[in-house]
Amino acid sequence: MSDWIAIAKFEDLPRLGARVVQFDTVRVAVFRTSSDEVFAVKDACPHRGGPLSQGIVHGKLVTCPLHNWRIDLTSGEAVQPDRGCVHTYQTRVEAGQVYLRLAASKSAAESCASHA
Amino acid sequence: MQKMKLVMVGNGMAGMRTIEELLKIAPGLYDITVFGAELHPNYNRILLSPVLAGEQTTQDIVLNSMDWYAEHGIHLHLGKKVGRIDRKQRVVEAEDGTRAEYDRLLLATGSTPFMLPVPGADLPGVIAFRDIGDVEAMINASSQYKRAVVIGGGLLGLEAANGLKLRGMEVSVVHLGSWLMERQLDEPAARLLQKSLEDKGLKFLLQKQTAELVKGESGRVCAVNFKDGDSVPADLVVMAVGIRPNTALAESAGIHCERGIVVNDTLQTYDPRIYAVGECVSHRGVAYGLVAPLFEQAKVAANHLAEYGIGRYEGSVTSTKLKVTGIDLFSAGDFIGGEGTESLVFSDPSCGDYKKVVIKDNKLVGACLYGDTINGAWYFDLLREGTDIAQFRKTILFGQHHLGDSGHGPADHVAALPDKAEICGCNGVCKGDIVKAIVDKKLFTLDEVRAHTKASSSCGSCTGLVEAVLAQTVGGDYSAAPSKKPLCKCTEHSHDEIIAAIKEQKLKSMRAVFDALEWKTPDGCANCRPALNYYLLARWPGEYQDDKHSRFINERAHGNIQKDGSFSVVPRMWGGLTNPKELRAIADVAEKYQVPEVKVTGGQRIDLFGVKKEDLPAMWQDLSAAGFVSGHAYGKALRTVKTCVGSQWCRFGTQDSTGLGVKLEQLTWGSWMPHKFKLAVSGCPRNCAEATIKDFGVVCVDSGYELHVGGNGGIKVRVTDLLCKVETEAQVMAYCGAFTQLYREEAHYLERTAPWVERVGLNYIKGRIVDDAAGRAALFERFKYGQQFAQVDPWKERAEGADAAEFQTIRITA
Repeated sequence: MSDWIAIAKFEDLPRLGARVVQFDTVRVAVFRTSSDEVFAVKDACPHRGGPLSQGIVHGKLVTCPLHNWRIDLTSGEAVQPDRGCVHTYQTRVEAGQVYLRLAASKSAAESCASHA
Repeated sequence: MQKMKLVMVGNGMAGMRTIEELLKIAPGLYDITVFGAELHPNYNRILLSPVLAGEQTTQDIVLNSMDWYAEHGIHLHLGKKVGRIDRKQRVVEAEDGTRAEYDRLLLATGSTPFMLPVPGADLPGVIAFRDIGDVEAMINASSQYKRAVVIGGGLLGLEAANGLKLRGMEVSVVHLGSWLMERQLDEPAARLLQKSLEDKGLKFLLQKQTAELVKGESGRVCAVNFKDGDSVPADLVVMAVGIRPNTALAESAGIHCERGIVVNDTLQTYDPRIYAVGECVSHRGVAYGLVAPLFEQAKVAANHLAEYGIGRYEGSVTSTKLKVTGIDLFSAGDFIGGEGTESLVFSDPSCGDYKKVVIKDNKLVGACLYGDTINGAWYFDLLREGTDIAQFRKTILFGQHHLGDSGHGPADHVAALPDKAEICGCNGVCKGDIVKAIVDKKLFTLDEVRAHTKASSSCGSCTGLVEAVLAQTVGGDYSAAPSKKPLCKCTEHSHDEIIAAIKEQKLKSMRAVFDALEWKTPDGCANCRPALNYYLLARWPGEYQDDKHSRFINERAHGNIQKDGSFSVVPRMWGGLTNPKELRAIADVAEKYQVPEVKVTGGQRIDLFGVKKEDLPAMWQDLSAAGFVSGHAYGKALRTVKTCVGSQWCRFGTQDSTGLGVKLEQLTWGSWMPHKFKLAVSGCPRNCAEATIKDFGVVCVDSGYELHVGGNGGIKVRVTDLLCKVETEAQVMAYCGAFTQLYREEAHYLERTAPWVERVGLNYIKGRIVDDAAGRAALFERFKYGQQFAQVDPWKERAEGADAAEFQTIRITA
């Protein structure tokens, strides 16, 4: 479990908002939905690289602030008819602490394989 | 304090409109009691014709439901006819003995249909066309009997005849005059009308005078006999020969009546405690029977009942439309013409098209249109405003088409475009792409086309063109789309319905809106949440808690996001004025935070580009220390007030435009709007501040200030409309605040003033801002009230630590 990293207290994640986690040059957007689920995706829209962390969160989707692509936070896939996929990361919440697994179980190539 | 008592007699459209207006401007002033002789709540009498025609139901035409009366604490007595007014005791008494005391009495007893005094007029099967009861009687008759005769070929008679025909009866219309609707149409137009009604199956008996109605064996009417000896069989006779103001009650109480209850310009009768409005009234010798003048009366009466005491009703110019599906006619003013007038006529009988305008001294005094009536509203405006038409007299009959293609115009020329023609400039979508997507993906709605092609999904200025391509490609199916546009896919409700619900149901949180209006998604989407956040904030200042997660990133981070994710920072420069100290502070900040680019904006301020989000709070702290506040260059909010130098320096300047600009900016800064909002003040008509392409522009002239509204320099340039001219700076401030507030309260989110002004019409805005002094003052007060909560500098708050997490990145080191 060494690849799980504590990133923030759950209460420091704003509901219907996001925080940005920077690891070296990798920026990850960590979201909390209205139903208090936590999701993490790479902070770059598959369209033009817009910062998804700055978008509006609704349901389990985030709308990119640059050109309004909608990204499904559970899969990283763009909502049809847009086509694209962003890398997702595993998260878990334990004793009020949010953990992020940076070494993803699947590579970006795998998780977005359907769009290769 | 004991509330004053207001009693209204007559639960009809004019009276209830007065009550509604009164509740709007002075809620709680009166304890209100309403008597209605009918058993129904207030309904839209004008729409009885569509009900008769089967196009609407009685439910559809109810204006104020029983619940509405209850919610507003109005005591409603239905089915109770008031028989007596005791002016000494100030009491009215209904025929069943119900009594109500009053401090103010409003008579809105309406009119009664005039029944021809011929033998047989009281037979069963002979009715008028006035209320829901009459419509029900006609609908019943149409299911049992075959032959109907309508006496009277005026507006009401023809609507009744059309409805009965649609209900399956054989209908003859009897008319005394030599052509139909002679009070509204000239002879050529009336002939065209008669022909199209004959094509629908109606029969006409013109220049016939009714002698008697004949009783059949069953006791019911069976025929109509005429003075010339002719006769026509009838199982149902509808009399629609005119109306008489209902003055009996007023007369019995000794209130002066002539043709109607005589009122002055404040709608007061000879008894100062008693007001009267509607069809029962005689004002300057005229009794009106159309709804628009009655509503104008209602507004004035409400104003006086509210004790504002400023409005005056000075009579109305009326226009007419016939509510018979498939027939368009319009008339207004003196459409016959006479001595000293000229008539311009266009006539194409085989296409069923006729246009006539009557001109006197280069002004329009009347119009009569049949067939293509699209320009009716425009002619009516020209007529009421007394516009000099010399400039466009040659083309006046062909309408206002030179005004461009933002509305219905583009269909024809879209068909002619090649596939390579670019429709959506923002997303580079060509006509061919759209047509292909529509055909391949079987798209039927604008939303679908937007989702699949991106056309019209950014700035929206090509929406009309995209709709035209859609209409042309899928044909008739497209027109079947609902005319009401929901705010977004999360709801069925339109912007207007949502705005009204927030106000009327006192919804004060996003959750309350979702629940009350049955939102289809758990927490909305990126389209509706910002809209709702704005509507709630604008309606409940100081009460609604702003939800930053329902704001677009620019408004959440108080800067403009750029394509690389960095932000731009624009400090406010009041009226575009600055000084060496401020400039030095900006220079210092730019160097300290290594701002890659500094640019002067079009709104007379300085933009610092490429700032990292994390640096924003510290930068704001430095700017704040130098006296700057946020310029809101990122928001759907008051942006800038652009000024020229004005009389202080300029040899042409007529007023202190810079000083006025600073005052206006101090008044309006910080306010959130449906969309961005820009002001400008020019010191003379040379207009160096470009005030005539701003949302609210002031052009100073020697004698005062011209106020211009609804301009836009953006995607589609629109020059402002002149709202009015005022004399003092204080008036400029008051009109500016009122106009801004009207826009804030009534425009749709993301609708700029330019399309809003075009949608609601300049006359509406003039009515609210210029003509209605009390309304203007109330709007301005509401604006100032909201500003108490809005004028807090968001930069300073964040520099002092508010919302810190928004700007912090969590850094993980290996």
